[in-house]
Amino acid sequence: MSMNNQGRPSGSGEAFPASIATISGDRGLDHEEGLIFELGHGATGVDLPDVQISDARLGGARRKDAIGLPGLSEPEVIRHYVRLSRKNYAIDSGLYPLGSCTMKHNPRLNEKMARLPGFGDLHPLAPQSTTQGALQVISQLMNWLTTLTGMPAVAMSPKAGAHGELCGLLAIRAAIAARGETRPRILVPESAHGTNPATAAFAGFTVDEVPAKPNGRVDAEALKAKLGPDVAAIMLTNPNTCGLFEGEIVDIARAVHEAGAYFYCDGANFNAIAGKVRPGDLGIDAMHINLHKTFSTPHGGGGPGAGPVVLSERLAAYAPIPLLVAGKDGLRLIENAADAPDGAKPFGRMCAFHGQMGMFTRALTYMLSHGRDGVRQASEDAVLSANYILASLKDVMSAPFGDGPCMHEALFDDRFLEGTGVTTLDFAKAMIDEGYHPMTMYFPLVVHGAMLIEPTESESKHSLDRFIHVLHTLATEAKAKKTERFAGAPHLAPRRRLDETAAARKPVLRWKPDPLKAAAE
Amino acid sequence: MRYLPLTPDDRRAMLATIGAPDVDALFRDVPKSAVVPLSAFNLPDTQGELEVDRAMSKLAARNVAAGAAPFFCGAGAYKHHVPSAVDHLIQRSEFLTSYTPYQPEIAQGTLQYLFEFQTQVALLTGMEVANASLYDGSTATAEAVLMAQRVTKRGKAILSGGLHPHYAETVETVAGLFGPVERTPVTPGSAEDIIALIDDQTACVVVQSPDVFGLIRNLRPIAEAAHAKGALLIAVVTEIVSLGLLEPPGAQGADIVAAEGQSIGNGLNFGGPYVGLFATREKFLRQMPGRLCGETVDAEGRRGFVLTLSTREQHIRREKATSNICTNSGLCTLAFTIHLSLLGEEGLTRLARLNHAKASALADLLAALPGVELVIDAFFNEFTVKLPKPAGPVVDALVQKGVIAGVPASRLLPKDKAAANLLILAATETNTDDDFDALVNALKEAI
Repeated sequence: MSMNNQGRPSGSGEAFPASIATISGDRGLDHEEGLIFELGHGATGVDLPDVQISDARLGGARRKDAIGLPGLSEPEVIRHYVRLSRKNYAIDSGLYPLGSCTMKHNPRLNEKMARLPGFGDLHPLAPQSTTQGALQVISQLMNWLTTLTGMPAVAMSPKAGAHGELCGLLAIRAAIAARGETRPRILVPESAHGTNPATAAFAGFTVDEVPAKPNGRVDAEALKAKLGPDVAAIMLTNPNTCGLFEGEIVDIARAVHEAGAYFYCDGANFNAIAGKVRPGDLGIDAMHINLHKTFSTPHGGGGPGAGPVVLSERLAAYAPIPLLVAGKDGLRLIENAADAPDGAKPFGRMCAFHGQMGMFTRALTYMLSHGRDGVRQASEDAVLSANYILASLKDVMSAPFGDGPCMHEALFDDRFLEGTGVTTLDFAKAMIDEGYHPMTMYFPLVVHGAMLIEPTESESKHSLDRFIHVLHTLATEAKAKKTERFAGAPHLAPRRRLDETAAARKPVLRWKPDPLKAAAE
Repeated sequence: MRYLPLTPDDRRAMLATIGAPDVDALFRDVPKSAVVPLSAFNLPDTQGELEVDRAMSKLAARNVAAGAAPFFCGAGAYKHHVPSAVDHLIQRSEFLTSYTPYQPEIAQGTLQYLFEFQTQVALLTGMEVANASLYDGSTATAEAVLMAQRVTKRGKAILSGGLHPHYAETVETVAGLFGPVERTPVTPGSAEDIIALIDDQTACVVVQSPDVFGLIRNLRPIAEAAHAKGALLIAVVTEIVSLGLLEPPGAQGADIVAAEGQSIGNGLNFGGPYVGLFATREKFLRQMPGRLCGETVDAEGRRGFVLTLSTREQHIRREKATSNICTNSGLCTLAFTIHLSLLGEEGLTRLARLNHAKASALADLLAALPGVELVIDAFFNEFTVKLPKPAGPVVDALVQKGVIAGVPASRLLPKDKAAANLLILAATETNTDDDFDALVNALKEAI
């Protein structure tokens, strides 16, 4: 029997092998849990009066058939979701090294503030005299975002990063149209997030890819060669998706502007430079800020996010409604284009109401807690931690762009696995058995078998050292062809690898009652 | 700083391992001139939890929460009672602080609730398949129009005048790039001649029911007329609780349902985050936007769930994706699915009946006031009245009496003179007889 570093035995006990079948099918704390549709039995989790109504005012549209929803009591519902929750990895339970996704600590004060009735129980169309505090939150957040980015304006309504990209491109489209021009093409580096080309197409542009250089940066010369009177904009991520700063960015911006085009920056990686570098100083015209990345609003299993877009002087006039203005009676939302102040030419509306207020409250709370010094320290710590990982693993793993420095994420490729039979996927899945969420895999596309690690500023040195030790050992074992733990990993998660091919070939996207059982009833 | 674990000693040791003299050496790829000193930011410094709590609470106190006054606003966002269990469960760390479930072995919790959510949405709307959510009802409606344009390979979209004006503007902003978007005139409380506009260039007709004034619309004839011309019917629902009482759009021939799910499980939050529901027919599956969760088995044959059909999505398909959406409304779908699980069939239908009963009672009280006219005869929990004077100033006057009376139609339709005196009111299970009395008495004085 081996011992771990706390001196406790590791490995399974001999008297009760891990492979033994249990009577219940559950395994200790890991419960198998059916669907609510399989558990329901005609109970209810709410107590509401049984009011009878007439059909007189229903326009003949009363529902004729039952909906088919199951009935469960409150304790059953709570147990169901608590059991489900235990099958999830989370930043609160461990390091979450997803490059580009920025899984940093989510302070609970932010949750508390967002739930104050004055914010959480406030209607978007309540009279504006009763919402001045909420408008103050938006106004203060706007001030933080424009100050940190060095940009004059910000559109607050986009609901996530991709929605912010759309907002930025629609502002660019409007600005070009106002000049009486048509520019159908957008340049996107091949290392870009998938949302960039998808958004460009969504906004009615065609996409032209720009290659990367061997050093992981965009090929500035190739980019300049592609500029012309039909190019509306470039979309560049900076720091880029390889975790590197685009050092030629100022030069690129100048060339883009000289060609009459606009510079859209994907701000997904703003968390590396916030409080140190102002995108406005680099010549950027529009950039979305993922509040759920840089400013730590929780990812919530895939959302909600928020993606305000900062805009340069050249684009500010085209920001969509609603707009926030200061007046003699306090702050006022301009909700209709017809009421826009002089000079404003809003391109339209991104969504109903005013954006992700619940995320604004959390992000502002985060900013007030950190302060400008804390924001800067967070960026520095994120960069320091990524470089520490790069420096500590470069002897056993392979880094495609040399010894660094990198920004807030450390990128490795799969050269170190060559000839081992272990793939990037196997390597990442083996991390699950070690108690870690895998890093981002196979992205960016410009690196073979990419593994993109973003530790963020939220990890202690002890936590980083432990993580490095695990990865170092895994890499050493793989290279020594000790590959048992990689084949078919994970072995210790609530599920083994899932058959994604079967899921896509014959999609089952909802529960349906068993027809035999239904017939018997 | 309480959220940053590294100590000065840690930082020094890490820099030594890296072989860098200081942290600025790590930023050496950034042009020197672009790195600005802290003083360049005119912003406050770090504050403790107590100070931040105090500052934020002060701002919150400047707002009048819906629960703090007799309250009747609707028009796309509704005040409902959310059981305590919902907010407790969605704050569990494993749900709140997890990422998109791209690693299904350690994300079965999220994936299973998404599968349950998709099933609930399909059942409620009477459709065959639903996705794992979009941002909100308005963006779901815009995505529905884009999908109809792809499916039919036609550009024109016809929007009902009863569609929430914010939704219509959202659709025009994005779908207008790919074809003409026409809106029928606004005719509060009465039917409209939308069928005459459908031609063989039409991709879709978009109809909201209950509409922005609260009117329940019959979708059947519109669906038939659209289908006869090869167009799709997109049904929009902004008050999803209504489907506990009303016939679902799927049963009336809708091809796509785009809905706002805020009413179930989610607070008002001053407009967001909300949760966009999106459901359609199975034959359009591969043209759907957004994430889909599907059932499969693991290597040991046990049931499990994964994100599937991702060849539609931006991270695989890039510029050929069906949408650019990535982050959606994960945690809001969880709130929705937990609340709906607590309600169940019986709870939801009771809740819906209760809402209609409340709104009916309020409509009777208001219609009895001299000069007040009920302009809607078929509604769920929201209706419109015509006041003898402009509704905007009346609502402002009622704020002074501590009553939030509803949404003046002019706030949504500022250019429409006929809307000036219209007031849109919603009543839900949260309203009491005392609320009704307060509104009626205040309104009597104000008009």
